[in-house]
Amino acid sequence: MRNHREELFWALVLLLPSLLGVGIFTFIPVVASFGLSFSQWNLLSPPKWVGLQNYLELATDPLFWKVLLNTFVYAFSVVIFEVPLALGLAVAMNRQGWVVKIFRTIYFLPVVTSMVAIALVWNWIYDPQFGLLNAFLKLLGIGPISWLFSTQWAMPALIAMGVWKNVGYSMVIFLSGLQAISADLYEAASLDGADSWSQFRHVTLPMIAPTLFFVMIMSTITAFQAFDSVYMMTQGGPENATNVAVYWLYQSGFEFFRVGRASAIAYVLFGIILTLTLVQWRLRKKWVALEA
Amino acid sequence: MGRTRSLIAYTLLTLGAISMLVPFLWMLATSLMTPEQVYATPPNPIPSPVKWQNYVNAVQAVPLVRFFLNSLLVATLTTLGQMVTASMAAYAFARMKFPFKEPLFLLFLATMMIPPQVNVVPLFVLMSKLGWIDSYYALVVPGLFGAFGIFLLRQWFLGFPEELENAARIDGCNPFQIYWKIALPTALPALATLGIFTFIGTWNSFLWPLIVTNSEHMRTLPVGLAAFKGSFRETTDWGQLMAAGVISVVPALAVFLIGQKYFIQGLMAGSIKD
Repeated sequence: MRNHREELFWALVLLLPSLLGVGIFTFIPVVASFGLSFSQWNLLSPPKWVGLQNYLELATDPLFWKVLLNTFVYAFSVVIFEVPLALGLAVAMNRQGWVVKIFRTIYFLPVVTSMVAIALVWNWIYDPQFGLLNAFLKLLGIGPISWLFSTQWAMPALIAMGVWKNVGYSMVIFLSGLQAISADLYEAASLDGADSWSQFRHVTLPMIAPTLFFVMIMSTITAFQAFDSVYMMTQGGPENATNVAVYWLYQSGFEFFRVGRASAIAYVLFGIILTLTLVQWRLRKKWVALEA
Repeated sequence: MGRTRSLIAYTLLTLGAISMLVPFLWMLATSLMTPEQVYATPPNPIPSPVKWQNYVNAVQAVPLVRFFLNSLLVATLTTLGQMVTASMAAYAFARMKFPFKEPLFLLFLATMMIPPQVNVVPLFVLMSKLGWIDSYYALVVPGLFGAFGIFLLRQWFLGFPEELENAARIDGCNPFQIYWKIALPTALPALATLGIFTFIGTWNSFLWPLIVTNSEHMRTLPVGLAAFKGSFRETTDWGQLMAAGVISVVPALAVFLIGQKYFIQGLMAGSIKD
């Protein structure tokens, strides 16, 4: 009774906008980006094929290695601080009641606020002379520290802000993982005389391992894409101390008009993020198989 | 012991919550301060007298209203567009039979692995070839499509009862009419999730509008704010700047607070994709 030719026609109609849109604005650019990474182009004269030159130049450019190191330092530091913090908060929050809902909302405020606005106020908090942070540290007899103007402290300042912005996101994901753990498990554990810590260690942690891993990978990927905070607060400085992959990509492409190099940076970043995603998928399948 | 544990938990949560709120409150407080108060040492958190004038000054110093309307227009159009394109494709993937359905769906899913930053350079080139730089087209059109919404809504349509579909077919509806008149209205919660996600994401997005806008009147709020901050050389008028910041933050927060339930559901949906 279903007419197949007609069904195919309507399926095409329904799919057409997404097919065209995702094709034109995602697939073509991702391929073009790869192609451009083998070219030299300043957007004015026609692009020139240069083979692997962009990648070779990157490999021998000390700034590239610095940027890469910065990106890794930023991403891993954010994750190392954010994930345990988020897990701790989620465990503390894993109970019923309206108070918890209010807390959840509060922790989520930074997640839904634009990084530009957040950077604005943190810029002011980090102000060496009149900022809130140094005023606070002065009470403890520390400082003053010239946060964003110091090669030593600019990166930690960005990391702290990154953790502050995203901890609520990780926390909510953890919370949903915790809520899926059956109360029977805890009951059995406490009958066996397990105290809170060993309950956490032997029930919560193993049960939440897949979520933990997911959150770690997702926060790493998010941190690898950092741009807004760097643009707003340090412009990659001082002395490239906070120059990270996407910011350098932006500079190369839209300040220096080196399209080929920008595309090569994009593909290095893509490679790293893709690897992380694939690792996540593989291990997730394994875990799902183990649970079943 | 349970009580001690609760006490520790609530103490931890309260301390965390304070550190989450302080920057927001500091922004609000500073937005109402005179320069003398802003630069007082030690800092005084309570603005007195309250300088509402900062808001007026901010709106006069830069076309803040224009930025606001640009952001509103771009975010609204993008949200509506995503809802339409994603729900159409999602319905086809969930309820219809056609060749290459599985690989095509996987291909869409795969695009979620591409970091948007990888595409900005060629997309910029495409926009300039189309003559769309510095126009609403560049701000809106590339954002109208996406795999996340397709994924989210497909899950919903998979649970759509087949009897309703069959009844509509017997009544002579074609698949597009079934999608539009029968299936779509039932999908409102999922649409709300997608809508809130898209709206907040677009409202806050920075890199893309930064790249494709040149003239002041095309800027969205984040780009306008960034330029406003950059316009201060020697001393920054933090009061004015924070007033502009507050104006930019409020709509996204309002949308989040109203639709929090749907937003968190969407977050979960994103986290269980495999």
